[in-house]
Amino acid sequence: MILPADLRLRLAAAFVAVALVSQLSGLAPALCAAALALTLFALDRQALPWRRLLHLEAFLLLLFLTLPFTIEGRAVVSLGPLSASAEGLARAAVLAGKVTASVLLIALLIGGQEPLHLGRALAGLGLPEPLVRLFVTTARYVGVIGAEARRLHDAMRARGFRARSNLHTWRSYGYLVGMLLVRALERADRVEDAMRLRGFTGRYPRAPLPAPARADWAGAALITGAAALILVWDKL
Amino acid sequence: MTDLVRLTDLVLERDGRAVLSGASLALAAGERLAIVGANGAGKTTLLRAIVGLERAQAGAVALFGEDCLREADFRAARPRIGFLFQDSDDQLFCPSVLEDVAFGPLNAGLGAAEANARATATLERLGIAHLAARFTHRLSGGEKRLVCLAGLLAMEPRVLLLDEPTNGIDAANGARLAAALAAYAGAMILVSHDDAFVAAFATRAMILAEGRLVPGEIHDHPHLHSHPHIHPA
Repeated sequence: MILPADLRLRLAAAFVAVALVSQLSGLAPALCAAALALTLFALDRQALPWRRLLHLEAFLLLLFLTLPFTIEGRAVVSLGPLSASAEGLARAAVLAGKVTASVLLIALLIGGQEPLHLGRALAGLGLPEPLVRLFVTTARYVGVIGAEARRLHDAMRARGFRARSNLHTWRSYGYLVGMLLVRALERADRVEDAMRLRGFTGRYPRAPLPAPARADWAGAALITGAAALILVWDKL
Repeated sequence: MTDLVRLTDLVLERDGRAVLSGASLALAAGERLAIVGANGAGKTTLLRAIVGLERAQAGAVALFGEDCLREADFRAARPRIGFLFQDSDDQLFCPSVLEDVAFGPLNAGLGAAEANARATATLERLGIAHLAARFTHRLSGGEKRLVCLAGLLAMEPRVLLLDEPTNGIDAANGARLAAALAAYAGAMILVSHDDAFVAAFATRAMILAEGRLVPGEIHDHPHLHSHPHIHPA
């Protein structure tokens, strides 16, 4: 078990490792980072986050389609007046490696965590209280607002609404989004009132988290250390 | 004369739990059918299944004599069915009352001027023309319910589906609602816990229990009871 159990260390390790990996410029180090991230997944016996990866790779495909044609260099393929450069292709591959490694690391370290636990860990890391509260309440209410949107949409369908490409459709969707925002704002006020009625004064009474175990420190150090080593190799 | 709504042996499961297991009903023109049942008996689901917002796993839904299998079939029938939701906030989504009431007519293909005229006339008929320019989310609960009903009536539906129409509505707006429903000539299916309301409106009742509908009897008998109420001292 390499991954730290303590969420604060997971967050810190993910942040530092992704920051380091983002500075890579060589192809081999970038691919190595992606391979290491995949290895971590295998060691932890976790299923790959296919859905997340699919969204990501579709975006990266766009880079592979555009970068070779926009970066000057030695031409490898010519399509009429356009020519794809080897440099552009390499740049796209570096980006793909870095981005894939980063997303895998984030998914592995913090992807499957409960938002409430993440909020507690973020507060433990000294993040300002309002930001933590924003994060936790957003995670709590996004489902409620989503359900509200579904019911409104059902009501629109029940009254014969059908999306077409006309002004009525766009205005109706505008109203839908506007109404959701107004309701969310009002709900936020009500939630705050309810919190205040129960004695909330702007500071969430969180019990301090226990200190991380030694193994957790070792795991976090291993992940950030590996990222640092790859960066050193890249810059040498 | 074909039935306006006909459900045959509807089976609907949600999260592995049977909500409807062989529910059947037929609604003829001019009928006012009340459906009663315990909380969570599936009354709302039944109404949603009628308009195709929820699709049954087995059984048949026929609206106005046409079998409805796909979304397109339901879509064709929906303008003739007005569905009053339990929570009015789920239904009102336009900024102003007039816009919300005009939404259905606009969907039906009316021009903006015509739709607005239809909406204004409907609001007047319900006695709430003074609400036309108000913001929908600032209305009282009773006003919201009436505006929702206006939005449905503006489409001139042949059937109304009412899900707990008298819930959370004050006496004055309740009287307006009752008057509007009494003046409505079409058929309706009414889901309500308000027994007085059911007795006053329904011509027939069915009981939904264990996913099936069985005929019920509406009876009215005199009770000797005390009736607490409040009036200005």
